[in-house]
Amino acid sequence: MSGMPLKDPLDLLDIDSVLTDEEREIQATVARFLADRVRPHIGEWFENAHFARELAPELGKLGVLGMHLEGYGCAGTNAVSYGLACLELEAADSGFRSFVSVQGSLSMFSIWKWGSEEQKQEWLPRLAAGEAIGCFGLTEPDFGSNPSGMRTRAVRDGDDWILNGSKMWITNGGIADVATVWAQTEDGIRGFLVPRGTAGFTTQDIKQKMSLRASITSELYFDDVRLPDSARLPLAEGLRGPLSCLNEARFGILFGAVGAARDSIQAAIDYADTRVQFDRPISAFQLTQKKLADMTVSLGGAALLAVHLGRLKDQHRIRPEQISVGKLNNVREAIAIARECRTVLGANGISLEYSPLRHANNLESVLTYEGTGEMHTLVVGQAITGYPAFR
Amino acid sequence: MNIVVLVKQVPDTAAERTLSEADHTLDRENADLVLDEINERAAEEALTLKEAVGAEVTVVSMGPDSALDAIRKVLAMGADRGIHICDDRLHGADVVTTAKVLAAAVRTVADVDLVLAGNATTDGQASAVPAVVADLLGLPQLTHARELTVDAGRVRVERETENGEATLDAPLPALVSVTEKINEPRYPSFKGIMAAKKKPVETVDLDDLFPDADADADEAGFRVTRTGVVEAVPRPARATGTRVTDDGSAGRQLVAYLIAQKLV
Amino acid sequence: MPDVLVLVDHDGERVHKCTYELLTAARRLGDPAAVVVGTPGTAARLEEPLARHGATSVYAAESTEADEFLATPAVDALELAVREVSPAAVLVSATTDGKEVAGRLAARLDGGLLIDAVDVDSCGVATQVVFGGSYTVRSQVTHGLPVITLRPGSFEPEERPVEARARQLALPPVDRVASARVTARRAALAGDRPELTEATVVVSGGRGVGGADGFKVVEQLADALGGAVGASRAAVDAGYYPHQYQVGQTGKSVSPQLYIALGISGAIQHLAGMQTSKTILAVNKDPEAPILGLADYAVVGDLFAVAPQLAQEVAARRAVG
Repeated sequence: MSGMPLKDPLDLLDIDSVLTDEEREIQATVARFLADRVRPHIGEWFENAHFARELAPELGKLGVLGMHLEGYGCAGTNAVSYGLACLELEAADSGFRSFVSVQGSLSMFSIWKWGSEEQKQEWLPRLAAGEAIGCFGLTEPDFGSNPSGMRTRAVRDGDDWILNGSKMWITNGGIADVATVWAQTEDGIRGFLVPRGTAGFTTQDIKQKMSLRASITSELYFDDVRLPDSARLPLAEGLRGPLSCLNEARFGILFGAVGAARDSIQAAIDYADTRVQFDRPISAFQLTQKKLADMTVSLGGAALLAVHLGRLKDQHRIRPEQISVGKLNNVREAIAIARECRTVLGANGISLEYSPLRHANNLESVLTYEGTGEMHTLVVGQAITGYPAFR
Repeated sequence: MNIVVLVKQVPDTAAERTLSEADHTLDRENADLVLDEINERAAEEALTLKEAVGAEVTVVSMGPDSALDAIRKVLAMGADRGIHICDDRLHGADVVTTAKVLAAAVRTVADVDLVLAGNATTDGQASAVPAVVADLLGLPQLTHARELTVDAGRVRVERETENGEATLDAPLPALVSVTEKINEPRYPSFKGIMAAKKKPVETVDLDDLFPDADADADEAGFRVTRTGVVEAVPRPARATGTRVTDDGSAGRQLVAYLIAQKLV
Repeated sequence: MPDVLVLVDHDGERVHKCTYELLTAARRLGDPAAVVVGTPGTAARLEEPLARHGATSVYAAESTEADEFLATPAVDALELAVREVSPAAVLVSATTDGKEVAGRLAARLDGGLLIDAVDVDSCGVATQVVFGGSYTVRSQVTHGLPVITLRPGSFEPEERPVEARARQLALPPVDRVASARVTARRAALAGDRPELTEATVVVSGGRGVGGADGFKVVEQLADALGGAVGASRAAVDAGYYPHQYQVGQTGKSVSPQLYIALGISGAIQHLAGMQTSKTILAVNKDPEAPILGLADYAVVGDLFAVAPQLAQEVAARRAVG
């Protein structure tokens, strides 16, 4: 007796049923765009370490960039829709989800939330349209989980600021038209918008990556970069500025991880259905079914958690430790799923023709960036016990 | 300009299609339904004209409740309003009835300049529907257009069929059906998707469209089909053929097969 | 016997083969009566071959503008002929134009339309193959005049010489507000190969052919077999071969004795246009390609190795024979 394998493992729990028509349509539109424009090429792009920058204006036209922001050419969708777009983007490749997260939640959000009206008018419409690309410089070579120790400094010089230092692991850095850069000042941490081409601002792309290969990761250098005070984000004071942006981005990530996991499981189900050993599809063997069942159960939980957090966010009730729960769980589950799916694919699983190992490799970055698994564990630990155990 | 776009929801071509046991009509319940791909191109053409010369675009679809999704999709792409023809009595409608109903719906739109449709849908064989709608509305049929120009009250299309290419010219109002080559349809934008919810969609049934339905027709008061299926059987899979992997001699093996079959 | 109207498909000089197929099918239902729509003098030119294929009457629906407008003159002519002779049925070839003419006629007469039939019996029951060949449906008209379009290649044309009566139909002037004028025509380049829908052998190439150059291999095999060349939508979309050669749902439907698919995966849209072929051969590198499951003889292999070898073997055999 043979039946049809499940087309989408999320259908097991009818995850669609907790979404609105509009949310489903937005998700379907993103999925279709990616199926047409990204999926046919993504293996090659990953192998050649190529980021398809030409897709930025198309993503802008769809409304993906800064989609959850209001005004300035942004679509103004709810948070769940933004999450679902991230889910589909990461199901194609985390490189694209990372691009969109950085553009919308870090670069654009920092300007939208902390910028002056002039800064918003200057940058947001172009960033929303994908005509300009943004990046976000917080992490430094020696300061990752502990950004408050950052060495990049901005010093007053008359009406201007002089910026010195460097930033590391900056997605979109090498192609960004504007960088949101966080620096120590006399008054604490402040943010600055540094346009590409400003004297003393240079970038160097990080090559030879084994993860996020279809995305650009760079180092930023600031060597006596002179900036007018109008380059400073006037409303951002202290570490709260960058951390608020990271919370936005993490929200997209906890949906994105679900996408990578779903795509991996889909690949595994398809493969197991057609791969015949000992005269039957390997999907008919108990050990394969255990893998697929465990993974699909875990995927369903991750998806429901994501939508739940999305609903809280849309009600403006979400707390940072809840986002930590989401990122911690969903990325952890996703990377385990992607690796397990690779085993279902056997030797074929190491070929770029199949997505699970690519997703697993990408998720190594996702596990670490925007707060490592360890840090999110301690955020959750503090929320439960009341004791901070970070240091 | 007033443009009407006729669209249809069809089962996803990737999915297997079945006929319902009960009445041999296409089993739409068991298939994923999507806006027909060529219809999407008709909609794109309407929206391109709207952007170029200004137009109100009305999208018309006949089908069950789910056809509303197809209408919403075109509204999300940028059309202005929708007409959803929804009536259980239309189940199993033939080409003539389908065209009559669509024509009646087009007549409810004032001062139509252009009716746009896809030249075929992927679910049935009746690529004749647009031409029949044109006939019923007394409009010139400019079907199978690969290129469309509207200028000074006239419409010109480059027609492409298996018999070659032709240039067609007619005065407006007119009906144009487009081929899959005419354009690349846009993706609906998120703003469009959100705005589509607020656009008006009128739902009409047969009583609205034909207040004086045929007295001598079926009991329902309306002739739905003029043909009947005597028998529908899934075609037996072709007898499993010979299958070989080329070892360098497949060409010679093929010729031996053709000789045995008296084909060469 | 009642008349059965047959719309003649022609180019002004020559009757297309599909018309002879219609005349053959029409004999099952009654006396074939051919309707020729064209410029004055056309029917007289075509009368002899039509009569040779069994047309007992030839109706001339002629005017100077009959070939200047799309479809409308043919619909007008058939409508007139129906009103004049009250036929048992109207048969039209299931070409793009034929289906449109038939549909419009059925709507005007409130008749029953059976599209794309591959067979029709003496009771007027038509056989259709639907959904890319996955179903065979037998249907009949239950109300009004049967208007049936027959897929080209479904019938073997037979010569059945009769004496044809020449009749005239008074074609009305074309309503210019309701008709599209054909201002230019670029006929599909015929070349030396047989017409796709008339060929007994069709060799088609798909995306696997890899480019316009690769189609030379397809053409060489077609020429060796005296067949026509076809192309899948993927190959046409990729610009490898002109649209007029496209076989499938949005191209031509063919039913040859032998269909050879080279580098075609077998999307349902393609299968819809060729699945009624009598014998199907397929060559594809991908062992998963659906067309291989459909073929009477399937080769998993490189078409650039298999097709030239086959062409050479066939040519060698012809040379001997």
